[in-house]
Amino acid sequence: MDYSKKVMDHFMNPRNMGTLENCDGIGEVGNAKCGDIMKIYLRVEENNLRVEDGRIVDVKFQTFGCGAAVASSSMATELIKGKTLKEAWDLSNKAVAEALDGLPPIKMHCSMLAEEAIHEAINDYLLKKGLEPWED
Amino acid sequence: MFIHNCEGDAVTIENKLIYMDNSATTPVRKEVVEEMLPYMTENFGNPSSIYEIGKISGRAVEKARKQVADAIGAEENEVFFTSGGTESDNWALKGIAFANRDRGKHIITSSIEHHAVLHASAWLEGQGFEITYLPVDKYGMISIEELKNAIRDDTILISVMLANNEIGTIQPVEEIGKIAREKRIYFHTDAVQAIGHVPIDVKKMKLDLLSLSGHKFEGPKGCGALYIRKGTKIETLLHGGAQERKHRAGTENVPGIVGLGKAIELAAGELEETNKHLLQLRSRLVEGLLKVPKTHLNGHPTRRLANNVNVTFEYIEGESLLLLLNATGIFASTGSACNSSSLEPSHVLTACGVPHEIVHGSLRLSLGRLNTEKDVDRVLEALPEIVQRLRNMSPLTPQEYRTL
Repeated sequence: MDYSKKVMDHFMNPRNMGTLENCDGIGEVGNAKCGDIMKIYLRVEENNLRVEDGRIVDVKFQTFGCGAAVASSSMATELIKGKTLKEAWDLSNKAVAEALDGLPPIKMHCSMLAEEAIHEAINDYLLKKGLEPWED
Repeated sequence: MFIHNCEGDAVTIENKLIYMDNSATTPVRKEVVEEMLPYMTENFGNPSSIYEIGKISGRAVEKARKQVADAIGAEENEVFFTSGGTESDNWALKGIAFANRDRGKHIITSSIEHHAVLHASAWLEGQGFEITYLPVDKYGMISIEELKNAIRDDTILISVMLANNEIGTIQPVEEIGKIAREKRIYFHTDAVQAIGHVPIDVKKMKLDLLSLSGHKFEGPKGCGALYIRKGTKIETLLHGGAQERKHRAGTENVPGIVGLGKAIELAAGELEETNKHLLQLRSRLVEGLLKVPKTHLNGHPTRRLANNVNVTFEYIEGESLLLLLNATGIFASTGSACNSSSLEPSHVLTACGVPHEIVHGSLRLSLGRLNTEKDVDRVLEALPEIVQRLRNMSPLTPQEYRTL
């Protein structure tokens, strides 16, 4: 199985790795049994007029998993940094995989985890604000 | 870049790649390559042909047969060349099952066999045979009591590997052989990982069938053998020409067979010396690895192959570990699901009771004759940092094991 240069770059030099203290939303998906867990931390700048226009000013991740899982986390966090909540919500796993110049077919679920972790983190933020979570 | 195991000349410490995946495959020894070469060029004859260059090939095949027989204590006419371990295992299981189904339909094997045995067994189940998969203890060892209890009146075959490919555990083959012979049940052992590491005597071990594969002991790939004790009732797997005394059709892989013969002669002849060297490296490696906190040794502490080290690092995943090791020029393997095409974690570690949560963090380092103490030290220097780096990245790591 071959990883693209981009996957290897994001695996070897992961962007946004770590945690955010007192963050506004956390999303954790996967489980240790399956061999991958992804945790995403968001700092959100609220928009008083429209919730969905709130902006992700900082994002970090922690990942337990293979090269593709780490690279997907790194790329996904890069892609949503500075974006509005709505834009982040709309980031598809396919877009993450494409930004990495593709993933081996058997590893596509890793990009799926990234999409799901972002959704979880956004909904965690919404719930903390006393708002209704969004649905896929 | 050069891999020192290939006995390259232009090797410096800086560019030296460290190959510690000798249970996956090994480089072919120089002496072996030299023996093989003429059989790819001038001595290209088909052993079945009656003219001179055919006979030269035929004699080379017979010489190799003697080399294999001598290495395992067999007679020459009990050795049959195959395409490798997988074919040998398939032939042994399917061949015995179908030739003896009038006697019974029950086969006993273990839960930690190589997939060649396990998947052949599963296929046989689909053909109406019944298979008992013996469990193993935490060290990967089967229990003789459980084996005895599993034997039925209609048991026709016991297939238990000599040494395990992932954790190196060596099974009590001699005891199994004694029981099988008493009960008049055929006994097959997959000795693919054991050749060159465990002294083998098919008579003393009371074996009826034994599988071996050339590339695991510095011979060529695509060539193996099945030992079949004289008088064993077995069906043919590959039908066609009259090669291998009508038991295995197909033009002989003459260069491969010649290489296999030379390699097994060298491996069996140097067994003691090689093991002494490997045991020293193994203890140094295990001792160093276990200094990393939350690290566990898999397999048996002593009853294991001299070249096998298998550990689990908690909180991290094996494929990531391999990629980072690869980036530092160290080649190894893992039982993590993420590194397998089936996305299933190692059935061997799972059978040994390694918890699901940590089974993905396993690392197998399998030493070779050409590894040195310096190689071990370089691995021990690189690994703790890599493990730490992944632990810092993992959401599972407790705070006290983080440095970031």
